[in-house]
Amino acid sequence: MITQTPSQTVGPFFYDGLIRPGKPFIPTLVRDGAQGQRILIVGTVLDGDGVPVPDAMLEIWQADANGYHNHPADPNCAKADPNFSGLGRCDTVNEGRFEFQTVKPGRVEGQAPHVNVRVFSRGMLIHANTRMYFGDEAAANADDAVLSLVPLERRDTLIAPLVTTNGLPTYRFNLVLQGQGETVFFTP
Amino acid sequence: MTIKQLLSRINWKGQPKYLHPAYTSTVKRAPQQPLIPLPHTLSELTGPVYGTGDIGPLDHDLSRNAVRNGQPIGERIIVTGRVLDDSGRAVPNALLEVWQANACGRYIHKVDQHDAPLDPNFTGAGRVLTNANGEYQFITIKPGAYPWRNHSNAWRPQHIHFSVFGANIMSRLVTQMYFPGDPLLALDPIYNSIADTEARERMISSYAHDVTQPEWALGYRFDIVLCGSKMTVFE
Ligand SMILES: [Fe+2]
Repeated sequence: MITQTPSQTVGPFFYDGLIRPGKPFIPTLVRDGAQGQRILIVGTVLDGDGVPVPDAMLEIWQADANGYHNHPADPNCAKADPNFSGLGRCDTVNEGRFEFQTVKPGRVEGQAPHVNVRVFSRGMLIHANTRMYFGDEAAANADDAVLSLVPLERRDTLIAPLVTTNGLPTYRFNLVLQGQGETVFFTP
Repeated sequence: MTIKQLLSRINWKGQPKYLHPAYTSTVKRAPQQPLIPLPHTLSELTGPVYGTGDIGPLDHDLSRNAVRNGQPIGERIIVTGRVLDDSGRAVPNALLEVWQANACGRYIHKVDQHDAPLDPNFTGAGRVLTNANGEYQFITIKPGAYPWRNHSNAWRPQHIHFSVFGANIMSRLVTQMYFPGDPLLALDPIYNSIADTEARERMISSYAHDVTQPEWALGYRFDIVLCGSKMTVFE
């Protein structure tokens, strides 16, 4: 194996490089015609003092509504929804808040529906990697192989409650980088 | 016996820790709980696939992609290299996004308050895809060093920020490219957050006279090595 290039922080000035209008750099993963239930994922990134982090960037990666990915490693690649991008990116300039418009993902290899979430920010030399699960999928969550690796008392940091069905169903997923209620992070 | 596809993982020996107190912003933003090893499911083995349709014709040329009334000021350079996985295989169609300060050390970002001029013809943002051999090239202006408030008289060495999407989402990397011989490297807590010398020095580009074009621009070579190479495991 050859030596990997180390990670470094995105720093405070990534905005004009990484947050741009237009594919593939946007918080909307769906186009007209996308299959499945449209949803919003909203939340706030908080630091170890509970202070919102206004200079973070989130990226999410998830399966489409049928549990397929438009990627050659997925045997169902050809069936992936052409109107769904799978990747979303959002800044947190507005008081640490982010909002993604996506669809509720299907199950992948029997796992509970979930969204992969990466957090980059000034002060993070390497990104943090986590997963968001859905609060209205209790039965699937109880059987999920990855969730079962997480200590029971910390599992709820990964489960986003459905906070409104008024308009699009909206799930709230706060990211606590440190301290009380710290979000469970996986190896990046 | 079953055959399983896995991806090579991050080698922590050559990576930063979340908490690096010399870089003071890490103190309140570093997760403190142990990381949970993530099994590799299809969720991790996949990732976005990019193509030439995602890139504009001038996205690779930061010396021209923001021109309003003339050329940007500063030293024009060519930056080229290969994106490889850690088994040494080329990564084609990797998406590289770059961003940087201008020649005076000033970012266009509105929160940058450094008392140095903006360049009306330079935004310092670009993107490029690797070709079938994993090669990329972009043209830019050599960025200036800039001060920051991490400690007294703190200056960042000259650098270009890189964001890389490789063959799968687990190879996601954000890093910085530095320049050879920069005296500020020894003083920089971000660069020195990498304890392993070999890994740390992988972030320093090399001057490449074969890339330099006569009467036009100096060349630098910067290869990028990602984790997430495919491994087949028999169990
Ligand atoms: Fe920078």
